[in-house]
Amino acid sequence: MGYQWNWGVFLQPSASGDDTYLGWMFAGFKMTIALSLSAWVMALLLGALVGVLRTVPNKTLAGIATAYVELFRNVPLLVQLFIWYFVLPELLPASIGNAYKQSNPVLQQFLASMVCLGLFTSARVAEQVRAGINSLPKGQKNAGLALGFTLAQTYRFVMLPMAFRLVVPPLTSEFLNIFKNSAVCSTIGLLELAAQGRQLVDYTAQPYESFIAVTLSYIIINVTVMTLMHRFEKRIAVPGYIGGK
Amino acid sequence: MTYEFDWSSIPGALPFLWDGMKISLVITAQAVVIGIVWGTLLAMMRLSSVKPLSWFAAGYVNLFRAVPLVMVLLWFFLIVPEFVGQLFNIPKGTDLRLSSAMAGFALFEAAYYSEIIRAGIQSVPKGQIAAASALGMNYAQAMRLVVLPQAFRNMVPLLLTQAIILFQDTSLVYVSALADFFGAAYKVGDRDGRLVELLLFAGAVYFVICFSASQIVKRLQKKYHPA
Amino acid sequence: MIKIANVSKHYGSFQVLKDCTTSVSKGEVIVVCGPSGSGKSTLIKCVNGLEPFQSGEIVVNGISVGDPKTNLSKLRAQVGMVFQNFELFPHMSITQNLAIAQVKVLKRSQDEAMDKGLKLLDRVGLKAQADKFPGQLSGGQQQRVAIARALAMDPICMLFDEPTSALDPEMVNEVLDVMTELAHEGMTMMCVTHEMGFAKRVANRVIFMDQGAIVEDDSKETFFANPRSQRAQNFLAKILHH
Repeated sequence: MGYQWNWGVFLQPSASGDDTYLGWMFAGFKMTIALSLSAWVMALLLGALVGVLRTVPNKTLAGIATAYVELFRNVPLLVQLFIWYFVLPELLPASIGNAYKQSNPVLQQFLASMVCLGLFTSARVAEQVRAGINSLPKGQKNAGLALGFTLAQTYRFVMLPMAFRLVVPPLTSEFLNIFKNSAVCSTIGLLELAAQGRQLVDYTAQPYESFIAVTLSYIIINVTVMTLMHRFEKRIAVPGYIGGK
Repeated sequence: MTYEFDWSSIPGALPFLWDGMKISLVITAQAVVIGIVWGTLLAMMRLSSVKPLSWFAAGYVNLFRAVPLVMVLLWFFLIVPEFVGQLFNIPKGTDLRLSSAMAGFALFEAAYYSEIIRAGIQSVPKGQIAAASALGMNYAQAMRLVVLPQAFRNMVPLLLTQAIILFQDTSLVYVSALADFFGAAYKVGDRDGRLVELLLFAGAVYFVICFSASQIVKRLQKKYHPA
Repeated sequence: MIKIANVSKHYGSFQVLKDCTTSVSKGEVIVVCGPSGSGKSTLIKCVNGLEPFQSGEIVVNGISVGDPKTNLSKLRAQVGMVFQNFELFPHMSITQNLAIAQVKVLKRSQDEAMDKGLKLLDRVGLKAQADKFPGQLSGGQQQRVAIARALAMDPICMLFDEPTSALDPEMVNEVLDVMTELAHEGMTMMCVTHEMGFAKRVANRVIFMDQGAIVEDDSKETFFANPRSQRAQNFLAKILHH
């Protein structure tokens, strides 16, 4: 085949002049990590809250939580992203909307991406948390209440610590998903890993090297997260139970 | 709120949007069929005692599951067509990009289907294979006549749920310039300067379809797996 | 101590408890038995409000359980309960299991709670297991810990919901021994159990339930010698003949 491999391309100065193409990739890598981690924090907090609400006896609260989950689960991520990025600023009161639109474009892209990924993932986290709580033996809740704990205390001391441990393996897969899903944010121009990959193809005319490097980066993220989460699972394992000895 | 909604560009665009929806549905159907067939083969390879087959399947599934769909689509949109064109001496100018993107999509989803199917096969008690062997069936017969029918019955809700996710994923073919429903909505919005309305409309349509479908799956699940 | 008056409960149209009336005096040991699905577990869970009921009244130590104004947590803290499946908290060590409610509900200091817990653990013969986790103990051991955990709250009475049904046969006695000892010390106890030997040894009264109703409520002598109802006779015949 006529393709000229040239891995040295990464060390060449980039089109912008102040960086190498490797530097571009690294910038994209950092953006992917920063975006995914900040969205993950949001998803965990909101998801835990919504997931718990779905299991409480109060019908109104549980109903609101269910509606939240259904809304974010049944609209494609890309559509949600475009709505956050293109639609929401238009719907804000003019003063806020205009100020927002005049702010740093990268900041706009990042905020829309973070909120979008965070809320999208929070609905999935909520489902896992709910499943974890519901998979606890029903007697555990009764045992907590029978000792005189209030419902809130029963959640806090009895149900959540155990549900949390049950939920770590499925949450690991959501955590991996958030890194992969962050690639969708390249569509609004956020220069994360996938977008940098596309730029590299355009600027270097070395598509194979560019895409292989980007794909490998995603694989490295994947393997790293899995290893870390596996260690974490071992650390929190309960003796005599799932994963414990 | 200062924004003034104007939904008037939607009615005239409905035929165009419907064409987009048909493309979305075709991509979904294709990917579901290829995904289930290829996914089943991958799952059986993965569980087979022939090591190279099992390694290949594990490698395939793990690779596709480690990489974002957007990346896979870009590979299949930008790189694979050229590669395939050179490999098979297909005359330059033949546009392979769209069919390539669709193939990439299906190959990607097959990795996810394969994991569901593998879990389904493993959920059938081991004693069933032993019982089938005791009746004189060979491995392939035991799989086809005893294990897979039970496995698929257990998996139906999960396979359908995955199909709903897949339908949502089709919107990502936007990156490969396929005019699916989302691509069509975006185009109309962009053309008429009514992106706000068209994006909200697209979101609502996706929601209605996916929510209804998931409710139907839930009902099926209750019917076949009470408790 | 416990007064149950005309209690009825239904799920939709299905009646789980039908007009149940009985009482437990201070220091009394009551055994509740009956075929599965007879409502005995539901009844005992109504006593500390784990199951709501639609009509009738339950009064424990002068406090009405069904009254919406009642602080149920406060009441439950005074009523010990032991469950069929032990329900120790798997993520806590044995000592933490014993201490947590003392600290968080009764506001005892950590040291005081630990002290009390260890004493009770010693009493049920498990001091050596203090630092283990529930999953590392046998069923019988877990149930003894569960009894100690309930006792650590200094309850005014104890409810046992089939405490030996989930145990392997060889572990039943170690739990019954602890319960017998407790009865001899004068603890007020309401026990749902099929262990008729235990009933014969320590019960003051036996309540027999069937289809949600209390069919017999007799002294144990009357119950075992000549049960009045045919249903109780059948039940006893089945349970004693193996």
